[in-house]
Amino acid sequence: MTTLTKAELADLLFEQVGLNKREAKEMVETFFEEIRQQLEQGETVKLSGFGNFQLRDKPQRPGRNPKTGEEIPIEARRVVTFHPSQKLKSMVEQNYSGTTPA
Amino acid sequence: MTRSELIANLAERHPQLLAKDAELAVKVILDTLGDTLASGGRIEIRGFGSFALNYRPPRQGRNPKSGDKVQVPAKYVPHFKAGKELRERVDYPAK
Repeated sequence: MTTLTKAELADLLFEQVGLNKREAKEMVETFFEEIRQQLEQGETVKLSGFGNFQLRDKPQRPGRNPKTGEEIPIEARRVVTFHPSQKLKSMVEQNYSGTTPA
Repeated sequence: MTRSELIANLAERHPQLLAKDAELAVKVILDTLGDTLASGGRIEIRGFGSFALNYRPPRQGRNPKSGDKVQVPAKYVPHFKAGKELRERVDYPAK
C-alpha cells in the first residue's frame, strides 16, 4: 500500500472539487498550515468525523544520554497529541482488523 | 478551532474561491485521510506529521458493569506522529 501525501490530496481537489492545479496545491498547503497555526497559538483543533489535535504540557524530567550514561534533564515542553474520533476508530476497526499491519 | 471554523478560515485565505469550494475541499481532504487509514494505508505530510495504524494485541478484558471476563480481539488504532516543523512550532518558544 502506498503512502498518501500532499500531491495526491491536491490531485483529488483538482478532480473532485474542480480547483485548478495551483489552487488545489495551495488549498492543501493552507489546510495543514491553518491547523499548525492554531496549535502554535495554543488552540485545540476539533475536526468532527476525523479527530482532535490537542496540546499537552510535559514537565521537565530527568533523562540520560544513552551513549555516555551522563544525566541530563529533559526540559519541559509542549507536544501535540491526536485523538481519533469514534467514527474514525470504528472505520479502522471494521475495515482493517485481523489482517497484517500496514 | 472547529471544522466549520477551519472552513471559514480557508475561505478567507482563498478569496478567489467560492465558500462552498472550501467546504467541499475540507470534506474531500478529511474523507481521504479517513479512508486511507481505514484501508490500512499510511499518510505522510511533510512539516505536519504522519498517520499510521498501531496494532493492539488481543487481551482479556472485563465488563465493568457485570465484572464478567470478555475476550477483546486484536485491533488497529490510528496514530499520529507530529513532524519536525509542527513539533518545533508548538513547543515553548524560549529554546
